Amino acid sequence: MRLAHRFALESDLVRADCIESTEFPELASRYRVYAVPKTVINGQAFVEGALPESMFLDEILKHINAPKSEP
Amino acid sequence: MGLIHDADAAEIRQRLAAMVEPVKLVHFTQELNLEYGREAQQLLQDLVGLSDKLSLEIYNFLLDRDKVSEYAIDKVPATVVRDGKDPGIRFYGLPAGYEFSTLLDAILSVSKCDSGLTAESKAKLAQVTQPVHLEVFVTPT
Repeated sequence: MRLAHRFALESDLVRADCIESTEFPELASRYRVYAVPKTVINGQAFVEGALPESMFLDEILKHINAPKSEP
Repeated sequence: MGLIHDADAAEIRQRLAAMVEPVKLVHFTQELNLEYGREAQQLLQDLVGLSDKLSLEIYNFLLDRDKVSEYAIDKVPATVVRDGKDPGIRFYGLPAGYEFSTLLDAILSVSKCDSGLTAESKAKLAQVTQPVHLEVFVTPT
């Protein structure tokens, strides 16, 4: 979680929400959160588990640079 | 002191002594129909009492629609960590357990205006050209 917030602090284009799953079960269910931490990127892509800084950022960038999937 | 015990308060006060610039916590609540809302508000009120550089604003999710819109809040309890500008850091739910430590980390980072990231990460983030919304799901520990 710390990393996501740090990314937000570093970039004006990034915002990061820390969401307590048990208090928002419908949202957690919609994103199929079965294990934590789970990061949802722009409501579409997912990163599961806690990764080191460079890997986590690369995963995020990989998803936002990927072609948009059809809804 | 309510939710923060004296021994913890001393440790937290010590951590917050490293703050540089003032930080404001903007909290959105909805008193009715919230299991953790009152607790979250109490926790934040206790926390801001531990540093002169911390302040707290509280808004009602149903009544203060201008602020809800300004901070793009879509669920409560919600807490924004900001300084002069809003860097896009939000906590949804009670920031207790491990997430309380995450909240302290966010406060310190914002206060120091320093993400603490590596030069490589900063360079990569400088290349981002489109909005990125990260929603990190956690559980209380």
